[in-house]
Amino acid sequence: MRVEQPYAENGRPVPRRTPTSAPYLDAAREGRLHLQKCPRDGFFFYPRTRCPECLGDDWSWADTNGRGRVHSYTVDRVGLDPAQRERLPLVVAIVELDEGPRLTTNIVGCAPEDVKVGLPVEATFEDLGPETLVLFQPAS
Amino acid sequence: MGKRSAALVGFTEWAPQRQWDRPMFGLEACAALAAEALEDAGIEKGAVDGLVSGGLQDSPLFSPLALAEYLGIQTHFSEQVDIGGASSAGMIWRAAAAIEVGLCDTVLVLVPSTPPPPESGGEGRKMVMPPYLGGDAWGSPQSVFDIPYGLVAAAPSFALVATAYMDKYDVRPEQLAKIAVDERNSALKNPKAVFKDKPITVEDVLASPMVADPVRLLEMVMPCFGGGAVVVTNAERAKRANHRPVFVSGYGEFVSHKTVTYMQDLTVTPAKPAADQAFAMAGATRDAIDVCSFYDCFTITVLATLEDTGFVKKGQGGPWVAEHDLSFAGDFPLNTHGGQLGMGQGGAAGGLSHVIDATTQLQGRAGDRQVAKADAAYVTGVGGLMASNVGLVLEGA
Repeated sequence: MRVEQPYAENGRPVPRRTPTSAPYLDAAREGRLHLQKCPRDGFFFYPRTRCPECLGDDWSWADTNGRGRVHSYTVDRVGLDPAQRERLPLVVAIVELDEGPRLTTNIVGCAPEDVKVGLPVEATFEDLGPETLVLFQPAS
Repeated sequence: MGKRSAALVGFTEWAPQRQWDRPMFGLEACAALAAEALEDAGIEKGAVDGLVSGGLQDSPLFSPLALAEYLGIQTHFSEQVDIGGASSAGMIWRAAAAIEVGLCDTVLVLVPSTPPPPESGGEGRKMVMPPYLGGDAWGSPQSVFDIPYGLVAAAPSFALVATAYMDKYDVRPEQLAKIAVDERNSALKNPKAVFKDKPITVEDVLASPMVADPVRLLEMVMPCFGGGAVVVTNAERAKRANHRPVFVSGYGEFVSHKTVTYMQDLTVTPAKPAADQAFAMAGATRDAIDVCSFYDCFTITVLATLEDTGFVKKGQGGPWVAEHDLSFAGDFPLNTHGGQLGMGQGGAAGGLSHVIDATTQLQGRAGDRQVAKADAAYVTGVGGLMASNVGLVLEGA
């Protein structure tokens, strides 16, 4: 099966930029966690053309405070994506932002054993070259 | 109990194999599966006027049309179901519903999962799951927000559910491990099970390599090739079939997301609304069920399904599993074919294995692993990353 995912020079999979996700990725490059906000339903994630609650299109972009808590996590020990094998053990996590939405990320800056459900975390950014990843580390 | 207008009357199932030595195209596999299932049911090909399948690699577009042409069957009902591992169970209720409304009389449900012959010639090949599950397509949100973070394949997603479960409830690793052990005990009696000669203990499961915390290797299915087919027909024709008709007496379905990150509550799965719908339709209580066959891609899937389908009180699954024997010989027979954990996951047909497991029991064809009283069964399918669920209440005539 042909794989369409783009990879960075170091072999890591990079976000496959689309017009709708571009403002999010551009903000990440500048070190900001920038989400869409619906005037009725508040922040939502991931970027969409319509609010997933009301299907309205009168959202706007706004910065979040970049903080949240670990909602759940796992540690990839084997490299289920062979392209991630140099990052093992890789903490794959769901973080719930203070503003409400959840996103998929990695927890860095601590040992995998120190990650717990409910751990307060803050965004940190990793430049992959073509794009920037939004990662989280224990809150300072 | 519930509906008695459409019945499962026959089936065929190919033993899952990691290495498949008889490569064939999807259309070719469907033809073989169709012939075998119809022979088992004792129904002529000419009676078939409905076809349901998943996608076919060799007919990526219009596959139901290609299937009708290849099999030489003219249909009033042609369906392709794509809700992940819940697809097979979803095919069964769609077939039953089409029969109930009078659209057609006899439906072939075909789930091939074989490797195609290599273009360059050569032998069989080993099953390898594509890790991105289609999420790398242009425009897929997963290619932007999940794949770069390593949320790929299935294990991390189910591990995220398991972590949330173990954080909220008293679920211990040895309790989850016991699910794999009980299922393996049934697999030892299933000649088609890939692990039919390999008994395991809780210690073996806990000693197996950690793949994605807290999920260990022996708590995951082994991806295999395989295939299966089921014949669904109306009540009148079912009376003249070879085996005891198994009525599709109630069904439910629920889909809420694809990526586990967006699951509303990681500890409440789509099995709950699907089961509530299915049991209400069947007018059945959980007490009426003799045998269960639950989609078991991971041990946590089984634990959550036990609770969300209403057989076990929410949050009590861990201790409950420790106190009950889930094998065919036990007090709560579950996945008497060994489950996909014990039998191997025959690709998309892994989901159908649960339908066939329950039908085998209700038709009294389970041989060494036959359950003494088998008149009603509950079957589930789980698709995506704990994202879709289909529940079927099946009842012997």
